[in-house]
Parts: sequence; structure tokens; C-alpha cells
Amino acid sequence: QHGHGPYQPHEPGYGLYQPGYSPYDDQIPDPTSQMLAIQNAKAYLLKSSTTSGLNLYDHLANMLTKVLDEQPINAVDVIENISKDVKWAQFQKKMDTLRDEHEILPTFEAAEKCKALFLKANGEGDEELEEEIGETPLPNVMETAFYFEQAGIGLSKDESYHIFLALKKLISVQPIQTCRFWGKILGLEMNYIIAEVQYHEGEEEEETEEEEVIEEGAKGMGEVEDEDENKEKENEPPKSTYKPPPVIPKEENGTGANKYVYFVCNEPGKPWVKLPPVTPAQIVCARKIKKFFTGRLDAPVVSFPPFPGNEANYLRAQIARISAGTQISPIGFYQFAEEEGDEEEEGGGRDTYEENPDFQPLSVAEMVGSLSTWVHHGQSILKQGRCVWFNPFQRSEEEEEEEDVEEEKAEEPNELQQEIGPPLLTPLSEDEGIQNIPAWTAEASTNLIPQYAVAILQSNQWPGAYAFASGKKFDNIYFGWGHKYSPENHTPALPPAVQAEYPSGPEVAETRDPTLEEELALKAAKEEALAAAEEEEEEEDVEDDEEEDDD
Amino acid sequence: MEAASLPAALELAAGGGAGLSPEKRAVLGASLLLLQRDYRFERVWFWGCIQGVRGVYYIAEGLGPDRAAPRSRLYSWNCVEWSLLPPATEEMVARAEQLKGRFQGDPSFEYEYAEINAEDAERLFEDGKEPMIKEESRLVATIEQIDRAVGIIPRGAFVKTPLGSVRENRNFEGLSLTEAKKLSSYFHFTEPVNLKNKTLLEKADLDPSTDFLDSLEHDIPQGSWTVQLEKGGTVVVLRSLLWLGLTFYHVPMTKQYGYVYFGTGEKNLDLPFML
Repeated sequence: QHGHGPYQPHEPGYGLYQPGYSPYDDQIPDPTSQMLAIQNAKAYLLKSSTTSGLNLYDHLANMLTKVLDEQPINAVDVIENISKDVKWAQFQKKMDTLRDEHEILPTFEAAEKCKALFLKANGEGDEELEEEIGETPLPNVMETAFYFEQAGIGLSKDESYHIFLALKKLISVQPIQTCRFWGKILGLEMNYIIAEVQYHEGEEEEETEEEEVIEEGAKGMGEVEDEDENKEKENEPPKSTYKPPPVIPKEENGTGANKYVYFVCNEPGKPWVKLPPVTPAQIVCARKIKKFFTGRLDAPVVSFPPFPGNEANYLRAQIARISAGTQISPIGFYQFAEEEGDEEEEGGGRDTYEENPDFQPLSVAEMVGSLSTWVHHGQSILKQGRCVWFNPFQRSEEEEEEEDVEEEKAEEPNELQQEIGPPLLTPLSEDEGIQNIPAWTAEASTNLIPQYAVAILQSNQWPGAYAFASGKKFDNIYFGWGHKYSPENHTPALPPAVQAEYPSGPEVAETRDPTLEEELALKAAKEEALAAAEEEEEEEDVEDDEEEDDD
Repeated sequence: MEAASLPAALELAAGGGAGLSPEKRAVLGASLLLLQRDYRFERVWFWGCIQGVRGVYYIAEGLGPDRAAPRSRLYSWNCVEWSLLPPATEEMVARAEQLKGRFQGDPSFEYEYAEINAEDAERLFEDGKEPMIKEESRLVATIEQIDRAVGIIPRGAFVKTPLGSVRENRNFEGLSLTEAKKLSSYFHFTEPVNLKNKTLLEKADLDPSTDFLDSLEHDIPQGSWTVQLEKGGTVVVLRSLLWLGLTFYHVPMTKQYGYVYFGTGEKNLDLPFML
């Protein structure tokens, strides 16, 4: 615009170049002193800044244009901010000859994944549609979400629908017989969405074979090592007599704590990952620690007592504990399968149940009024870490023989007390409360419209576990951080007492060295005793001689 | 969260599974407006709810012209009728800190001090006060503690005027996505504690109109906040691990933000073990 820059008063071009007049005009307008002042002022305003290249005249013009366009309220109070905004916008356009690359936000990628959920998989014909309309293991997540929403529990509708579609995808990939949305566990970096699943019978063999192979491999290694050690036994330092407590085997897949298989994903749209089955050692350890989940399944769990596994195992253990403690149903919905002769078996009662075809739902008032109208259908976990008691000291004959030969008798309790837990389908009224708080809080979803109210139960032991019942429908769900409630602060387990290295007795006990007086006294005492003994012998000899003489 | 944007806000903060039933949502829309009229608040915030064993307290806060002034707090059982709570005093907060366990759900319930030193007991008896504390005081103290410890706002959302009062910043357009993931972009909306301890170099970078509060960066213990992107990365959700149940949401590059508390009102003292 002003390529020649402002002309100083002494320069020949000064006053000639006014906007609207060309510099070649011979006529110089006759400025009155006021006009001259105006021109000076304007020229000053047009002066470009040495740092930014802007000039005040344009800036003010832009600012006023913006204010007049937008007409903000109380513009005078925010005029500095408007000025800053205008400068910011100006700066970008003028100085940058580079164009910003269109930013690919991570949100766009996530949206892509989301969109993939909504697309129908290729190759689905009409035939498959008909099959699906029949018996499908897919649960009606939206219906469950509706009932829970009546109590204010649940995720946003969008998220529920995404989970619905993600479950559908899971079912199409795995051979699943029943499926349920178990809940959501929050974590530090990411959250977990959990599906509870039961396979068709006979579909689960592959996993167990792999685990057995690993165990046998370990045993083989152990034997080789023993042989080497035997050769060097003479030079070895004394071996410790520590025997670790026997390992309690995990329950078979499909029974007890491993009755259901759990799949997790971080967000709907991401692939589902199967969680490994849970072992009793993991459950026992999980009871003693309290850690937040990070959201990555391979994260290590750093704790004391050291947790045998990584976050996937800890997650599975907590899911098992929560399911055992909070899976409830209205009384009568499930009944025991009709089998006689089960009651005498070891390990207590029945562990299978089936749906009761003659279930008559109770009214909401009854469901809310008393806790005996609800029963646990999740089998409770014993202190051992299993649902069915396992006696680790029942050994086969071979093992007993080996032990007698190799080791001395150690002090072991030969009989552990068999642990008995509450039987399946016990009513909730038997649950212990915590201090003076009942284990469950029951309420109806609404007091204004009791005809259509839903009975809601919240667990106080596992905050975040909810159950609803309305007519013949019921369900359980969990939204939370995955920890049990304890009114006392968590005290981590202390390290066990230091093991006694050796039995203490007089041979190893330190005593003071005897002093000189004591040694002399001892010597004198010994001499006296010796002299006394000699006298006695002489007397005896004399007596004997006398006796002989007598004869 | 702002009463005006309650439905949308609840959808954004529902990632933790806690929310309000349609009935409560509907009634809050009306009753919070009436609160604003009756008490002449300029802004009404729905603070959240504290779950007692036998009932739930719904809490609302009202703000006057100076947003940083002590707020009036009200509670209700059914979101229809609200009662004003007394303002919190330091003494109330100190006494309530010793209480453990759930709220009972009855404001006149009296807690007994379970374990109390001989000195404290003597001191209390000298003052002429009884060693009992009502649940109402505990409620007030807990809300005050939560607000002080974990009530947060994004940086730049509020400005301090030259006269000293604090108002919303009308030029606040939201944090950018990169800024929203950093803890230093969020402030505690309460009297600053650490601000004076900053070095002069740090203070030189601060803008006194927007940086007059403590940021979350130096919270103890470190890691007591989780920052997550939800809904495919469109919402930034911060959850406090010290007070489990406090959820803060913000949609980057928009003016939507707020925090709400759905929980039992107990501090998570096991936090250092759990991290």
C-alpha cells in the first residue's frame, strides 16, 4: 500500500501522497492547519510497527469493524481482549506463508472406529437375519439400561448403545451360549467394559491344553535340577527346611469361581480380550491388597503380599469376588435342578441351578420392603479361594511314600478344617452388615408413581453393585472402581516374622568366660572332691579288708 | 454443574455410571429455577448428591455476584423442597474430619466420638460443647472439604476484575485438546494456597487476571487425578481419586464444563496404597 513509507516533513514527497490523490498531481491541496494536523495524526497512525509490521490505523479500523459487527454487550469492558483477538487473527494470516496441515485429531480416529461398529459385517444375508431373530445370546442392553436409569444408574445412552453393538460383534466372533453386560470398572488411564459369557459346551478345550503343557514342562525341568543337586550334596550348604504351603489348584472352567468367562475391552469398538481363569491364590491375595486399575491389562501389580499375576489376573480376581458377593435375583426365579442324592456329597450343597418356569413375581413393595425376597445366585468364595472345598493334604499313595523317605516328620497339621460357605440361593437377609450398616440398601425407583416403580438394590459392601427387579425382569450390574468398602483404613499386610534359623540351646548360647577367681575356686572345689573321694575309697577298702578279716 | 445445562451435562459426566433418574432431572429443571428466584442467586449449581444409608442428600449451591465468595448451600431429599445449610466453619470441618463411615441419611442423627484423646475430651468439655456432632454439620463440613479439595475449573474460565471480584470470562472459548489433557490447565476454585510459594520466575509468566488460583499440578499425592478422553475423545473427564465420585467434564474448544459429585461423602484415605 505505502511502498515508499511515510515522508518526513523535510522530504520532497511529504504531503503529496494522500489516499485518493496520485503522487504525480501537481496540485498540492491547500491544507489549513487543522487539515495538516489531521494528516500528521493519520500519518503517525499509519506508521508500521518495526516488530510486527502492523500499523495502528489498520488495527483500530479492524477492531471497530469487529465491534460493530458483533455488537458485544459492555464492549468497553472487554475491549482489550477484542484487540488481542484481532491481532492474533491478523498475525496468522499475514506472516505465515506456510499452510497448516489439516490436523488429524485423535478424535477422528476414534470416530472411525465407532462408525465401524454401526456397519453391518460383510456377507450377512437374509438367512442369517432370520436366525438372529430367534434365540440369540445377545442381551437387550438398552432395556436393562432403561430400568437402571429409573434409579439414576447407568451410562449415557450413546455409550450404552455402543456397548450393545460391541457385544453383538463379540457374539458373532466367539461361540457363545449366553452373554451379559457385566458392568464397567474405572481405571486410571482407561476404563474396562466387561462382558460375562458362557461358551457352548465343548468349545473351551484349547486353553486348558496349553496350560497343562506348560505345567508339565516345568515339572520336567525340576527333576533335572534335583539330580544335579544330589551329586553335589556333600559340598552344599545346609538346605532350608522351609516347605511352602501346598498350592491349591484352580477350579475347572465352567464351575465355581470360573463358571463364567469374561471378556474386556477399553472402549466399545476396540477388540475384546479374554481374561484368564482365576486361581485361588490370586483371590486370596486380592483380598489383602487394594490397588487401582490402570487400564492396561499387562500392567504389573506392585503390592505386598506380591500378587501372582498382572493386572489381567487382578481384574479377573476382583470380578470373581464381586460376582460372588453381589449377583442376586428375586427369590423363586432360580431353583435347584431336581437331582436326588446330592446332599451327602463332600463339599456341601448344590452348585447348579436352572430357571423356574413357574416363577411368580412379587410386588415392588415386597421386593423393597424386606431383603429375604432376594437370593444370591452367585456362589460365594470360601476363604481358601475356591467355591468348592479342596483338601490339599489328600495325597496319593505314591506321594506319601516319597515324603516319608526324603524328609523327617515336619510339624504339619494333618487335617485342615473344612471350610463351608453359605449354600447357593441363600436370601440376602443372611448377609452380614458392616458395623451398623446393612449389607444392601433397597428402595423403589420412584415414590410418585408407585404402579410403575422398579425395585432397586444397592450393595453397601461393594459400592457400585446394583440390581433391579420389575415384574419378571431383573438384572445385576456393576459401575465402580472395583474395590470393597471397608470403614476402616486399609492396612497392608505386615511382613511375616523372621524365621528362626537354628534352635537355640545351651550349646549355641553365649555365656561369659569364667574369671580367674572362679577358675581357682573351681579348681579348689575339684581338689576337695577328689580328696574326699580318695578318703572314701580308703574307707571302703578298709571296710572290705575288715570284712575279709572277719571271715 | 450449571443448572441451565443440567441434562446435557449429566450425559457428559455419566461415564462413571452415576447419574439422575428422569424424574429427578425433570424436577430439578424446575426447582433450581425457583431457588434462583427465591434466594436471588445469580447462578445456581447442582453440586451432586451424597448417598446415605437410608436416604440421599441432593445438594445445590447458589452463587452471588462475586463467584469466589463463600457459596450458599442447600440440600433436599426429593429435589423439590430445599433447606439452607449453615455456612461451614473451620471448627466444624476439623471435628467432622474425625468421623468415619457412611452418612446415615438423617440430618439430626448424632455421631458419637468413638475414640478421642483425653486432651481433646478435656478441651471440648471446657468449651462447654458436647462431644456429639450432628449429621447436618458433618454434611456441611464434607461439602466444604470436597469443594476446597477437588472443586475445579478450567484455566481462563474465570477472571478477576481489578476490583477484586471474580466473574466468568466471556472470552473463554474452551481449552484446546492438548491443553485439556494437562493438569496445569485446571484450577482449584477456592482460596489459593500455593500461589505465593511460586518463584518469581514462575510468577512472571502468570497472568494475574486468569492465574489467580492453584493449579492441579502440585496436588498431593501425585496422580490423585485421572484424566481421560471419553466418547471417542470429544470429552475430557477428570475424576478425583481422593474423593471418589467427583467427576469433572469439559468439551474442548467449547464453553461446556462443570463438576458434579455422586458418592458416599467419604474421603479415600487409602489412596497412597492404591496408586
